Amino acid sequence: MTLHQIKGADEGKLYAAVDSESGHIVFPIDDLDTRDMKLIELNGRGELWSFTVQRFRPKSPPYAGPEEFTPFVVGYVKLDGQLMLESRIVNVAPDAVEIGMQLELTWVPLDPDRADSAMVHAFQPLEG
Amino acid sequence: MTKVGIIGIGIHPFGRTEGRTGLEQGAFAIREALKDTGLTWSDMQFAFGGSDASGNADTLVSKLGTTGLQFINVKNGCATGGSALSSAASAIISGEFDLGLAVGFDKHPRGAFDPKPEEWGLPQWYGEQGYMITTQFFGVKIQRYMHDYGISELSLGRVAEKAFENGALADHAWRRAPVPLDEIMNSDLVSDPLRKFMFCSPAEGGVALILASETRAKQLGLPFIRLEAAVMRTRPANSFEVFQPSASLNVGGTATAIASRDAFNKAGIGPEDIDVAQLQDTESGAEIMHMAENGFCEHGEQEVWLAEGRTKLNGSLPVNTDGGCLACGEPIGASGLRQVYENVVQLRGQAGKRQVQGNPKTAYTHVYGAPGVSAVTILSR
Repeated sequence: MTLHQIKGADEGKLYAAVDSESGHIVFPIDDLDTRDMKLIELNGRGELWSFTVQRFRPKSPPYAGPEEFTPFVVGYVKLDGQLMLESRIVNVAPDAVEIGMQLELTWVPLDPDRADSAMVHAFQPLEG
Repeated sequence: MTKVGIIGIGIHPFGRTEGRTGLEQGAFAIREALKDTGLTWSDMQFAFGGSDASGNADTLVSKLGTTGLQFINVKNGCATGGSALSSAASAIISGEFDLGLAVGFDKHPRGAFDPKPEEWGLPQWYGEQGYMITTQFFGVKIQRYMHDYGISELSLGRVAEKAFENGALADHAWRRAPVPLDEIMNSDLVSDPLRKFMFCSPAEGGVALILASETRAKQLGLPFIRLEAAVMRTRPANSFEVFQPSASLNVGGTATAIASRDAFNKAGIGPEDIDVAQLQDTESGAEIMHMAENGFCEHGEQEVWLAEGRTKLNGSLPVNTDGGCLACGEPIGASGLRQVYENVVQLRGQAGKRQVQGNPKTAYTHVYGAPGVSAVTILSR
């Protein structure tokens, strides 16, 4: 099965579009006709607004992660002047995640054991 | 303007009923409601009804009688029941009909709901990456709410404890045994900070309500519970919703707040006038947030309210008197009408051991669901 990647995953960038009428920033744009819209790149840094830990393996389909399940953190990251983005929060223990954490964009494989795994946008604690 | 109200109620017990389809549970509820009034199916001039996953409501005519009545199907997610009721009320207020019904039913498989990204206007990667999970949203929303307003994890537990206490007293509830608070607090985390006993489960059930104009109800000599308002509303631009890959930086608005405001305006009363309330409690955090979103308290006051037991059966504002979704489970199409059913029972004074004291005169229901819809009703007698 071919997995679907978010637009920009190949370059390690996240894209959104600005609605010319309302000025709203629209994300995702995968299924959107953006010919008349201005594309922007989303910030690579942000602050954690809130989060939860996904403790059970989501049903497949649609979930296409590893068969052997490890709980993962899902959060919303405030990207200054843009929007709040839903994202995986990685490289931090679930118990150590806190609202207000400063984060940076990274990319991780959805299934590390598959050579053709989709790359997934994620945020990790900002160094230093 | 024509006054509309509820003259008959029927319910098929919630939970799991092997060997009976959702549609049959809907038919059962209608028969019960007819029995409640002494009327027959052929007296019904119209029906609005729906299920989320158990088939077409209008096929009920082959079970109940092909009388030629107008039967309109409603499919509006968690607001299915509320929308059916609102439409039924409008049909009577318009003067086109003066006697008809609203019905909702469902039968979901075990386990979490199984939504498909494309049906929600979302790209495939959203589901593949594990975001298509309603419980994530509930965990994220209450986590932020607790941070902002100082709500404790114990309060989450207290909501669940109350739900199972009340459910034990309701014949139509699924979970009929109280669960001790420490067992709730020590149950497994599902979506932090929410634990196993703090979530409702998809379930089965059916509810039917017979509506009439006040004039018709008097002619029939039947008790009349006035439907002061039945409104369904969708989300504002700055809301935070289920299945939202991105949200506004200034989140705060909710579909609930809009529906609640408009319902109170229609009824001409305020939250302080309500004697009993059924608020969407798909998980215990939702009930807490919905107490404030519907105007019953300020954000953060829930902590004191719950510690003092103000939403228990003997409290100043009893909430979810039949155990709500936590104790009854959530058959999507029937859930909102169950709340109205319970309120009619309470207003009639027929709730037995779970009867709210003090002769309640006004009652409120609220549902919320994906993709940001809410339905509110206000009843009075």
